[in-house]
Amino acid sequence: MSVMHLSEHEREELETREQRALGFWLYLMGDAVIFALLFATYAIMIPGTAGGPTGKQLFNLNNAALETALLLVSSLTFGFASLSVQAGNRKAVLGWLGVTFVLGAGFIFLELREFAGLIAQGAGPDRSGFLSAFFTLVGTHGVHVSMGLLWIVILGAQVAVKGLTAPVASRLFRLGLFWHFLDIAWVGIFSIVYLPGLL
Amino acid sequence: MFGKLTIEALPLYSAIAAGGAAVTVGGALLVAIVLTWLKAWKYLWTDWLTSVDHKRIGVMYIVLALIMLLRGFVDAIMMRAQQATALDAGGYLPPEHFDQIFSSHGTIMIFFMAMPFMTGLINLIMPLQIGTRDVAFPWLNAVSLWLSAAGAGLVMVSLVIGKFSTAGWTGYPPYSGIDYNPGVGVDYWIWAILISGVGSTMSGINFIVTILKRRAPGMTLMRMTPFTWTALCASVLMAFAFPAITVACGLLALDRLFGMHFFTNAHGGNMMNYANLFWIWGHPEVYILILPAFGIFSEVVATFSKKRLFGYESLVYATAAIAILSFTVWLHHFFTMGSSANVNAFFGVTTMVIAVPTGVKVFNWLLTMYRGRIDFHPSMMWSIGFMVTFVIGGMTGVLLAIPPADFLMHNTTFLVAHFHNMIIPGVLFGYLAGYMFWFPKAFGFELNRGWGLASFWCWLIGFYLAFMPLYLLGLKGMPRRMETYNDPTWQPYLMVAAAGAVVVLFGIASMVMQLYVSIRDRRLTADRTGDPFDGRTLEWSTSSPPPPYNFAVIPTVSDREPFLVAKKDGTAYQRPASYTPISIPSNTPAGVVLGIFAFVLGFAIIWHIWWLVAVSAIVMFTTVITRSSDDHAEFTLSAGEVKRIEDERFRELGRRA
Amino acid sequence: MERHGLATYLIGFVLAVVLTAIPFWLVATHALPPQRLLLVIGIAAVLQVLVHLRFFLHLNFTTTPKENLLALVFTALLIFIMVGGSFWIMFDLHQRMMS
Repeated sequence: MSVMHLSEHEREELETREQRALGFWLYLMGDAVIFALLFATYAIMIPGTAGGPTGKQLFNLNNAALETALLLVSSLTFGFASLSVQAGNRKAVLGWLGVTFVLGAGFIFLELREFAGLIAQGAGPDRSGFLSAFFTLVGTHGVHVSMGLLWIVILGAQVAVKGLTAPVASRLFRLGLFWHFLDIAWVGIFSIVYLPGLL
Repeated sequence: MFGKLTIEALPLYSAIAAGGAAVTVGGALLVAIVLTWLKAWKYLWTDWLTSVDHKRIGVMYIVLALIMLLRGFVDAIMMRAQQATALDAGGYLPPEHFDQIFSSHGTIMIFFMAMPFMTGLINLIMPLQIGTRDVAFPWLNAVSLWLSAAGAGLVMVSLVIGKFSTAGWTGYPPYSGIDYNPGVGVDYWIWAILISGVGSTMSGINFIVTILKRRAPGMTLMRMTPFTWTALCASVLMAFAFPAITVACGLLALDRLFGMHFFTNAHGGNMMNYANLFWIWGHPEVYILILPAFGIFSEVVATFSKKRLFGYESLVYATAAIAILSFTVWLHHFFTMGSSANVNAFFGVTTMVIAVPTGVKVFNWLLTMYRGRIDFHPSMMWSIGFMVTFVIGGMTGVLLAIPPADFLMHNTTFLVAHFHNMIIPGVLFGYLAGYMFWFPKAFGFELNRGWGLASFWCWLIGFYLAFMPLYLLGLKGMPRRMETYNDPTWQPYLMVAAAGAVVVLFGIASMVMQLYVSIRDRRLTADRTGDPFDGRTLEWSTSSPPPPYNFAVIPTVSDREPFLVAKKDGTAYQRPASYTPISIPSNTPAGVVLGIFAFVLGFAIIWHIWWLVAVSAIVMFTTVITRSSDDHAEFTLSAGEVKRIEDERFRELGRRA
Repeated sequence: MERHGLATYLIGFVLAVVLTAIPFWLVATHALPPQRLLLVIGIAAVLQVLVHLRFFLHLNFTTTPKENLLALVFTALLIFIMVGGSFWIMFDLHQRMMS
């Protein structure tokens, strides 16, 4: 589709959409810097266990694998939702958003269960510098996923009420960037926190 | 119900603290009374507080910055007065109060004076210079403004309720940790910075998208004004460096709120990582502030020398080089931490390297002035004063870049003199030059020249008097932040420094007079053409103040100085055959509401009022969701309305001719 | 907006699953000595990030706006400087404090 054939109004809409996409992308880049510094802080604080438990004693490979699976599948199902937006299939969009929400909520449930278990055995974030860094890094990701879940609900409601209008589709596009970005951050978490911790 | 907040939080324990609180509350009441008396509340609300127009947001940012400049200066003159009289436990301030003053002085001047001043000037001018009608995200722009105001509000409220931090503007742990600082002071500092920091990150993103995506047709990157270029580089730094201070302060807040051990002495904490994270932001921050000032100097020097800027390309490349290099020098702020020689040497060398592109720019300005017909407008005087003074500060900076020399000077008043020598001429003079240069653009009348020059000379002389003695004191070994001392040879220097602060006070008084006189004489100095200084770039092609849509017809650009070329070709001020309707973003209270509740949120966290934290968070979420779900946040100005405004403009122009 | 087919997502998904399964499996079985295992984890992670960028975020050199790519490269450079610098500074300090 060439820009030449667009009406004034369509051109403005396209420009707005492009600006928002770039702005949101820049926000994600800033967020990536936040995660990078939290990763660096975590790595620096691995020795700071203060005589408390280490990652090897605390982490559970199966739990991490299950969390990884849920998030990865949710990335795929969000992809299906994006495809349904392109196809203009409102019901399918709602369905896939629903599936994505359930998978994300499952991830949050597993994470909270892990956190609760750690705190119950005396390995909470106030036990040592290492655990502070662990809870903060993984928790920050968890907060992001929770925001993503809230956003899915809001946009789901917009799809249901307004339909797949241009502004709603544009918002879904940015939510997609956010959701896939969180999966990338999770790749960092299992590759830097859980797997090396269990060596 | 009220967390840690009790009646004890009121500053009734000391006359000076109570006086500060009384002035703050009294000032706020006075403003409220005057507004009520003028019946201006409705106008203020509908035309300003809820506005999403970049020009009005810019003006509000600058008003915030000037108010905070006064507050920060009161802190400064109090410190100078204390140190001038503090020999052998003299002086009038108890240590705890003195520590709050130097902490709030630094915090205010960096975060709530310089940052809003810069953001305000970029907001006001950059969209006009690139020939667009607004920034990319007007509503986000308003949110950024009100988050900055919320942070500034927290610092001001700490005067009245509770105390401010005593940990300096950098808030180093473990002293700023909960073990050594159980009060609310450090929390005020943390939340003021976190809240305003979110605003700055969003401003950075907003400006980047605006500059990259909304330039007028024909304006290639290398046809952008120097100010727009520096604004772009500073915005990139804002978007990518502010995450680091968010992490540093966020982790410190977690330590304090939840007993975590990021930066504590025991339990595996690592306090030096705080210094590391803080300065990953801190050094780029210096360039966030100074690059836009460099841009202003470039515009001012070219305009008042009536010459094209010398070496535009080299200035652009130097700016970009500084932007990237600024991320590679942060360890020089903590050379004395005890790194090995290799680490110190690396960061020492990068620090010296960054002086090179900065030096390039000084030659750009000097050679622009060379053989120019210089008009010594106050803005030009700020620029000349900057060049001379800044070079001295740059040289002491290169001196401090040598680790062994830094080991001797670290934490002395030599360092204090050095960074004031960079930031007062480099940042403040630049912004004041911009303020006096673009004031007619924002308000439609010029600022009085005489009072502007008086202000400049007082500031310049006051600066030298106040800070040159500190260099010498630093070499004599005086540590910074001394509430009292017992070396009588220091006192004469400190008295000179105090005299310098008084001269600066005259400079500030002259600025106030300038504003008063200019408003009084506004009809005499009215700017009817929109181009009072024979300007070269697009912001001068529109009226002063510009209409809400800036340009009735988006200009097409074919030169680096499009308006100058248009004036020469005789193509300036041409009326289009017809006008088209223009859609403009509608005003919204969402920004100011978010700011108010961000303030409440910060206040509630500081005092551990958890129910209020929940309430304000829910209000903020609801506001964001409601506003961002709105698909019709614009209204359309009809072609007839545009024609009416433009007819008025051409009548003014015709009367002038 | 160009269209992304179902195939893109499926290819990306399969690659991501493989690149996740390898390190998890190696850690579960301890099939390699720790040093080499760390290397494999690192390589798999970098590859997987690239897979996500290409197949889920649809980055490429033709349709992605060049500002976005530039921002990504710049971010990667900054992360390298910030994280690499932090490691250098803090581990250097650690060494000097402990020994």
